[in-house]
Amino acid sequence: MSDTLIKIENLHRYYADTHAVKGISFELHQGQVLGFLGPNGAGKSTSMQMISGVLAPSAGRILINGIDLLDNPREAKNQTGYLPEKPPVYPELTVDEYLTYSARLRNIHKSKLTNAVDDAKQRCGLTQVGRRLIGNLSKGYQQRVGIAQAIIHNPAVVILDEPTVGLDPIQIREIRQLIADLGKQHGVILSTHILPEVQAVCSHVQIINQGQLVFSDSMESMNQQLQCNQLIVAFIRPPEEKFLLELKGINHLDDLQNGRFRLHVENDHSTAELIVSTSAEQNWGLIELTPEKQTLEQIFVELTSSDLSKENAA
Amino acid sequence: MIWHIAWRELRSLFLSPLAWTILGVMQFILAWIFFAQVETFFALQPQLTVIDGAPGATDLIAAPLFSSASVLLLMICPLMTMRLIAEERRSGTLNLLLSSPVSMTEIVLGKYLGIILFLFILVLLISLMPLSLLMGTELDMGKLAAGILGQMLLLASFAAAGLYLSSLTDNPVIAAISTFGLLIMLWIIDAAANTGVNTGNQSTQFFNYMSLLKHNTPMLRGIINSSDLAYFGLFIITFIVLSIRQLDAQRLQK
Repeated sequence: MSDTLIKIENLHRYYADTHAVKGISFELHQGQVLGFLGPNGAGKSTSMQMISGVLAPSAGRILINGIDLLDNPREAKNQTGYLPEKPPVYPELTVDEYLTYSARLRNIHKSKLTNAVDDAKQRCGLTQVGRRLIGNLSKGYQQRVGIAQAIIHNPAVVILDEPTVGLDPIQIREIRQLIADLGKQHGVILSTHILPEVQAVCSHVQIINQGQLVFSDSMESMNQQLQCNQLIVAFIRPPEEKFLLELKGINHLDDLQNGRFRLHVENDHSTAELIVSTSAEQNWGLIELTPEKQTLEQIFVELTSSDLSKENAA
Repeated sequence: MIWHIAWRELRSLFLSPLAWTILGVMQFILAWIFFAQVETFFALQPQLTVIDGAPGATDLIAAPLFSSASVLLLMICPLMTMRLIAEERRSGTLNLLLSSPVSMTEIVLGKYLGIILFLFILVLLISLMPLSLLMGTELDMGKLAAGILGQMLLLASFAAAGLYLSSLTDNPVIAAISTFGLLIMLWIIDAAANTGVNTGNQSTQFFNYMSLLKHNTPMLRGIINSSDLAYFGLFIITFIVLSIRQLDAQRLQK
């Protein structure tokens, strides 16, 4: 497809003996905001550093807009903007000076320089602080300067490493809004360990654990999957488990004690109806019926902790 | 591209009080030495006029001034070069350069050019002092030019060594101390050769050749040897290439 912005093939990275990234492959398309999730030390930052060209991969291929990052670093890097965990700003420069410098580093022609700087400032809400020293700005504004630097050359891909860490709730909302706006024109990769953030801004989500991709899906289809396939029920006079399992649509159940069960079902609506009617017939005394949504958090915990326990057992 | 990096480097230097302090303190101390030399020259002048081919103002004022300046700059240079790469790595700004479409060679050369420009401004300020004597006397311009060239080459060498040691660490203080150590070592390395009993053997010649001082002093007397130029040239190129390789290696290994 022509709108493939990033194509990663089997990316590996070693730090001495540590195998930090173990064969990651994925694609990013135009207009996608990809959330990169993972516990601390999972290899998120390392992957992002490799995609932005700061670190060289030990093995694998990175294509940015069809250009190989390792063969043609100059052309490929012209297509990416990168915000590291710590915004790479010089505190002794003013916002204008700093952005002009970054624009020059990105080969923006002299005639377009002022426009590019003004545009980036406007998009990141920095117009008011152009003449102030970066060192005197708050953390939130420094973060915005960092983002402005990453989008100043209008790159195809914007890579943001934990863009909302250390910001107050209002700033987080603003930055999220900015990321959502960016997603309309650019491909965005965003790493974070804040789950609601992914649900708020991302169109796709990937979970990385111990250097491997363990989950990768679009937010939409994930939401559909997450649509209630669990029901919590409680009875005053609970039947035996086998009676419940005989009901149509119930795959299996967990006994939660005191007459409460978690039912794993195929279709929550018809099964819920069936349970209500059966309970009335059999006089089980239904007192609770709650559809339970599996959240991203559950998926995340399931995927990242099961691997850990496996590892510990081995 | 190199020029933009150099310009940023120079600008940041002058935005911090460090550059101004160094320029001010250097100028004050050297002015003191300069006046002391002028005073000595006046005291000696009656005797000098009698001697045929006696040393002139350039030999008695400019040369000692430059040689004092060399020693002072040896101590100051590590302070200027320590931040070049170490500081950028520590504050994370190196990532901006690494993720930009710029090659390692451009990064290193840009940083080197930036610091060199600053050091040349320093040489210019120092040279103004002997040049001010033109108002009252005649100077041997050839000798003076050789002295200035010597200063520039010396400082360019200091900066190259400092740049390399700054690329090895993320701690500016460690970069400064190791640069200082290396420069002092190269300054006094011939002392080991000259105090030994067996002067004139191969190792003595080697130590003599390695000494920065030995290659700088002829220029103060107005002698420009091609071997001295080659020494400084090789010195600078070696350390710049080492810095580029170091940055490349860190991207791969780290």
